[in-house]
Parts: sequence; C-alpha cells; structure tokens
Amino acid sequence: MAPNANSIVISANALDLTFQTADAPVHALKDVSLDISQGDFVSFIGPSGCGKTTFLRCIAGLETPTGGTLTVNGMTADEARRARAYGYVFQAAGLYPWRTIAGNIKLPLEIMGYSRAEQNDRVARVLDLVELSDFGAKFPWQLSGGMQQRASIARALAFDADILLMDEPFGALDEIVRDHLNEQLLALWARTNKTIAFVTHSIPEAVYLSTKIVVMSPRPGRITDVIESPLPKERPLDIRDSPEFIEIAHRVREGLRAGHEDD
Amino acid sequence: MHKVVPVLTVVAAMFALWYAAVPFMNVKETLTGLERAGAVVTPDNPIERRDASSFGLVFRNSFAIPATYAQDRPRLPAPHQVAQDLWETTALKKVSSKRSLVYHGWITLSATLLGFAIGTAAGILLAVGIVHNRAMDMSVMPWAIASQTIPILAIAPMIIVVLNSIGVQGLIPKAIISAYLSFFPVVVGMVKGLRAPDAMQLDLLKTYNASQNQGFWKLRLPASMPYLFASLKIGVAAALVGAIVAELPAGGARGLGGRMLTGSYYGQMVQIWSALVFAAVLAAALVLLIGFAQKLTLKRMDLS
Repeated sequence: MAPNANSIVISANALDLTFQTADAPVHALKDVSLDISQGDFVSFIGPSGCGKTTFLRCIAGLETPTGGTLTVNGMTADEARRARAYGYVFQAAGLYPWRTIAGNIKLPLEIMGYSRAEQNDRVARVLDLVELSDFGAKFPWQLSGGMQQRASIARALAFDADILLMDEPFGALDEIVRDHLNEQLLALWARTNKTIAFVTHSIPEAVYLSTKIVVMSPRPGRITDVIESPLPKERPLDIRDSPEFIEIAHRVREGLRAGHEDD
Repeated sequence: MHKVVPVLTVVAAMFALWYAAVPFMNVKETLTGLERAGAVVTPDNPIERRDASSFGLVFRNSFAIPATYAQDRPRLPAPHQVAQDLWETTALKKVSSKRSLVYHGWITLSATLLGFAIGTAAGILLAVGIVHNRAMDMSVMPWAIASQTIPILAIAPMIIVVLNSIGVQGLIPKAIISAYLSFFPVVVGMVKGLRAPDAMQLDLLKTYNASQNQGFWKLRLPASMPYLFASLKIGVAAALVGAIVAELPAGGARGLGGRMLTGSYYGQMVQIWSALVFAAVLAAALVLLIGFAQKLTLKRMDLS
C-alpha cells in the first residue's frame, strides 16, 4: 500500500505523560494533540523541559504516554516500533568504535536479517545519499563530528522506514557545519520524500527546515503554537534573509516568549 | 633508546640495592664460617656477635665482604648466585629431572592454565547472568566479593583436604584454587564491560526492535572486550599465585610452590629465589600472551 500524499502518518490526541520521580511527579506532556502528514517536515522547538524530546520518544515507542491516544502508521507507537516504521537519529552519532562506517550502517540491516548482498547494496546507496561514499572503510574516530552525524543519519535511512525521527541531531555541531548539514538534509528529504520529525532549539534551523513548526513550552510540556510555513520547498540558504523567513522566525520567537509568560 | 635508558636505570638501581644488602644480611653466618676456618674476626665471641648489629659487624670485618657473596647457604643470595642456580636448574638439567625448574614450572603452569580456563569461563558466565538477571545481580555479587575476603592461604588447605578425602588429587584441586582466585577479576571486569553501553545505545537497538540476544552479541559483548582483557591479565597472574599457594599444603615437593616449600625446609634460600624468579618470568610471559591475544581480537573486531 503506497502512502498517498497528505495522508496522516502520526496522530496524537490529548497526549499526557507524567513521570513518577522520587520527590514529585513531573508533568512532561499535557494535552498534546498534533497530526503529521506524509512528507511533512515538522520541527519541535522550545526551551529545555518543554517535552519536545519526550514527545519524539513517545512517537518512537521509547516512552509510554500515561493518557490520550497516539497512532503511527495507523498502529500504536509500540507496534510501529516493532514494525520498524521509523529511523531514529540521536543527539550523538553513537557509532560503534569497533565497526567501520559501513559496518555501523550494516548494524540495523544485520539485526533485521537482510541478506549480505542486500546489505552491501543498501550501505552503498545511503553512503551516497549522505555524501560519504569514500568513507565506508574508515573508522568513526577518523571522521569529523559532522561526518559522524551524517553516518548516523545514513544508518537510520538504511532500512525502508518512511519516518525519520531526529532528536537535536546537529545540536553539538558548530554553526558552519550545521548550515551545511541543514542544506544536505533538505536535499535528502526532497529526494526521499520521508516524513521527518525534528527536535531543535535553534529558531533559524526550525524555520529553514520545516513545513510545520511546533512551538512548545515547559511545566507542563505543551504545544503553544503550530505554524504552517509558507516558504517554498526549494530553499537556498539565503532564503533566511527574506522577509517571509524573518516574519516566521518572529512568530516562533513570540510563541516561545508567550510560553514563558505563564511561569 | 628513550625507553631503554629509564628501564635499565631502574633495573640497575634494583641490582645495586640488592648487592648492597647482601653483606649485611649474610655477615653473621659468614663470620662464623670464617672463624671456624681460622680467621680472626671481631668480636671473637659468637654470643656477642649474635647480638651485635649487622652494620657494625660489616664495618669492623670489611675483609669478610667478598666472602658474603659466595656463601653456600646465604640468607640473601646475590643476584649472580640466583642466576647461576637458575641456569643450572633450567638449561643444564634434563626437563624430566626432579631438579629441573622447567619440570616443576610445567606442573604449576598446567594447574594455572586449567584453573584460569575454569575461572574465566565461570567469571564470564556469572557476569552474563548478573547483567541479565536482577536476582542474580543482587545475590551473586556479594558472595563473589565475600569469597575474595577469605585469605587463600586459609582456604587452600581445606579444599585440598576435602577433595583428597573424596579421592580427587593432583592437578584438579590446584586448578580449583587457581580458578577461585582468577574468576573474580573476570566477573568484575565483565559486568562493568557488559554494562558499558549507555542508555542511548540501548535505545538505538530498541528502535531496531533488536532481541536481547542481538543486543548481547552485537553491542554488549564487543563493548566489553577491552574490560575483559584487562581482567584476564589480572586473572592469569592470580591463577599462577593460586597454583603456587595450592602446592604448599599439597605436601609433595612438586611444582614451583613445592620448590619454595622444600627450599625453606632445608634453608636453601637460593632455591626459593630461583623458583620465585621463574614464577615471575612465567607470570610476565602469561600476561604478555594475553596482551597479544587482546591485540589480535581487537584487530579482528575492527574488520566486522
């Protein structure tokens, strides 16, 4: 069944999540409702503690909500995880130091039982996607931080998941590398037509990348604004100086500030 | 060259200290022997000499210093005496001779290797259980730690006697004591190693819906290898100590421990020192071998 355009792949309805900690329960998510359509690039932005990462982990089935409903590809999040519906990119590349870059990308393929030939084909294909074709035989320590993170994106793309969940993947990189990776990520998204959920705390990054920006605020973690971006799909880096871009960035900033006024 | 100089300096300093200590350690017996042979020593009263300090005796009888290095049964043999004995008991004796250190060394080494193998296997299995099973985590570790607080010298005779009473003797009891000492560092290192992967790496496997088995073989086990080899180096040295200690109450004069024991019975300090040096060389060789295996394993892991 081919996913039709604009069909909803991730749907959260009145999602609640409370962590029981030793001193007091922490209300990480409160009444979060959001639909993400096939092919969307959705950014979650907000200060730390606003639940953006927690929400992403709920979608991934790594956390279990304490209330509300959440479907991914029409299944529960945990079923979707078991069906390997998504690739997850963490804040750190987390490559195995004892495996080569190609070996690291093979890891999910080995676990999912792809044949040796299929593994090699896919590794070559995703290495090409992230422009690391010449580095398959290198070890992680031989690559820069940005290249390592690209390798971890390749690892998440190696199997056929239509959804890519990214948790501040470029948070630890410097601004120049980050700009470059943002450009590459957009190109990759355009080529693969994946649905991407992207957590960040950088306003320019969120505005530059997204078709939809979700602004969140803390205590309790909740959505304060959802902005549909009017920017075209083709986005050169200098689009960031355009009036539309500045206007959206302004609205995001306003949304973040509004969330803080409640404190 | 920049490595050889400091190493040689330390070795030279140790030998200098050793040679300097020999006259003071051996002066009393040497003077007694010289007096019996007709030499004039001060003081000439044996009782007075017994109570005098070694320092004073050496300075008042400096003529006797060369003789302190050539005693038949020195209290502290000089390095060259130990070296000569080592040469005679390794190179010049037939390997099958009961006076050959190679013969005794092999007896100890075989018990060490068997015990080390048992200890390593037990250690790895326990660690896997501890990491995967909460009940084992809480029940096994305290006993493992308690087992190491018992002095091996106290428990070794008990194991030997108990096993002997049910007809088990020779290699096996010694190997069990070796294993008793060597399993512990392996357990501790392996538990640490298997738990080395952080929450993010475990989450990553969860996003692949990897089974616990896959998590073990693909992540936990390879991540634990550096820890395992560090533990094995400690474990193999401990296994050798265990085998030597086990030979002391075994009664027989076999093995390096047996050599040390008979040496002390008959006041043959040279024999004790030879066995000691031989054991040290053996331990160093075993640790080196494990280092070699480590390099090989880590290299092969790289190719995966």
